[in-house]
Amino acid sequence: MRSGNFFTSYAADMALFRTPLERWRMGLFAVAVIVFPFVATSYGLSLANQIAIATVGAIGLNILVGYTGQISLGQGAFMAVGAYSSGLATIEWGLPFWLSIPLASLFTAAVGVFFGLPSLRLKGLYLAIATLAAQQIVEWIVTHWTGLTGGTEALVVPAPRLFGARMNTDFRFYWFAVLAASGTALFTANLFRSRVGRAFLAIRDQDIAAEASGVNVFRYKLTAFAVSSFFVGMSGALIAHYRTIVTWERFTLEVSILYLAMVIVGGLGSIVGSFLGASVITLLPALIATSGRALQTSFPAVAEILPAVQEGVFGLVVLLVLILEPKGLAKIWSNVKTYFRLWPFSY
Amino acid sequence: MLRLNNVEVVYDNVVLVLRGLSLEVRRGQIVCLLGTNGTGKSTTLKAISGLLAPEDGEVTDGSIELEGEPIHGLPPHDVVRRGVFQVMEGRRVFEHLTVEENLRVGAYTSTSMNLDKVLDTFPRLRDCRKKLAGFLSGGEQQMLAIGRALMSEPELLLLDEPSLGLAPLIVEEIFAVLRRLNEVDGTTILLVEQNAARALDISNYGYVMENGRVVLEGKPEELRENADVKEFYLGLSELGGRKSYRAVKHYRRRKRWLS
Repeated sequence: MRSGNFFTSYAADMALFRTPLERWRMGLFAVAVIVFPFVATSYGLSLANQIAIATVGAIGLNILVGYTGQISLGQGAFMAVGAYSSGLATIEWGLPFWLSIPLASLFTAAVGVFFGLPSLRLKGLYLAIATLAAQQIVEWIVTHWTGLTGGTEALVVPAPRLFGARMNTDFRFYWFAVLAASGTALFTANLFRSRVGRAFLAIRDQDIAAEASGVNVFRYKLTAFAVSSFFVGMSGALIAHYRTIVTWERFTLEVSILYLAMVIVGGLGSIVGSFLGASVITLLPALIATSGRALQTSFPAVAEILPAVQEGVFGLVVLLVLILEPKGLAKIWSNVKTYFRLWPFSY
Repeated sequence: MLRLNNVEVVYDNVVLVLRGLSLEVRRGQIVCLLGTNGTGKSTTLKAISGLLAPEDGEVTDGSIELEGEPIHGLPPHDVVRRGVFQVMEGRRVFEHLTVEENLRVGAYTSTSMNLDKVLDTFPRLRDCRKKLAGFLSGGEQQMLAIGRALMSEPELLLLDEPSLGLAPLIVEEIFAVLRRLNEVDGTTILLVEQNAARALDISNYGYVMENGRVVLEGKPEELRENADVKEFYLGLSELGGRKSYRAVKHYRRRKRWLS
């Protein structure tokens, strides 16, 4: 007796949504996303915006790290490039934000290709160190090119406007953030159903065999850097217009590592994983802070030390996820799906 | 010495690979395990040596007993200490260590230094004992992998496809060594092999696996005479000669066992 999903054509096997249930699930999720801002508090909305922006960045990083297997520590740098270039485009050229964000993303893609050049010769940890150099170089440029970026001073970006209306409230910005996140997810899902996406996966799994099969490894590695940096830059640009203030402290090495934590906790090579990872890493500190406030009245002593242990608790939760399911939240999610698909049999 | 009772192995909580496999290896025997690709031969060896865990596999049912003691679920390093050493498929030598260092790693669990004995068994290795293992040829690497296992003076040697990708002459040499090991040192061997004719030549007992179960077992002479084994593993036709591909029509024989 076998149970499961069986497809009889390549088209069915490669479809974006392979089962009716999947379509229903996505539909339900879309409805939830649309209804959410009408019922959420403004605090909840701002968290949702942060998650959406982080999802764009995490999917971008996942394209590079999870799908193509090129470790990058330059996430913060690429986000800074996106944020500053989009901000400057609106300030200097007076471009509307819906034009400056794609432009900034493209510019970041070009910068990403440049810093991806070492990937021709470097693999694994060596490449990670090379991208660390990207992080340092960009950070240095941002803090020292005072004439352009304002150096260590914050760059104030005018609030985004659409048809004359200001878009910087959480409720209004939500729609752009969600549009960007779902667009990124949809593009990425389709990318990995295509020839290019398969080349990325082939490079990750067996780069030499990929080369032997005729995949131009260097070109595809650079393409991966470009596509990844495009979305990372977009996430940076979104932050710039959401916060309307750009400072270099938002794009340090710590941010790079935080994003790596997102894709690893969420699950390498998974779009759902990127979303789950971004949500957890964004919500966790907020949750710890909220519970701290809740305990303030009943257990003042606990609440007092909570900020101090916040980082520790955060690290502990990340560690627990990795120990219990090394392949991340996406794997837990797929285990749940498998369980119900095969129910009542266990395999 | 080793007994597997109705062993069930599941990978990743979803893939059932062994479906109630039972087999027995007596002390001093060479037992071969035959079967086509993907029937779970390697999984059987990994279940014995405890190497399933890194691949997210698990023995979910049945028992594996070594000298009457259950060993399933033990970590691999404990199993090695009990005298079971698996030579993994695809050699897996330590590429950046020299041949001698590789062998010394094999002696990790044993106190006696039988380096000379192993080098006598594989004289080729003596010639290149200071070379890095990554630079050896495939045949030498396989010898090194077996030699590394011998360094621990195992009581039971699990061999996974020792002839993989090797020239016939080297295969000959390796099988001669295995037979000598068994006869002179009394090492018990469980051998997984695709080269059925050669494996049956040196073994005392054989099992044929299909779909995660043993479908046929017996002495090599019996197995060699079995029409199914002849057809599917030895490539012989019913008349005993080599299969003729010149005949106008081929009638594919149906397997007579249940699977």
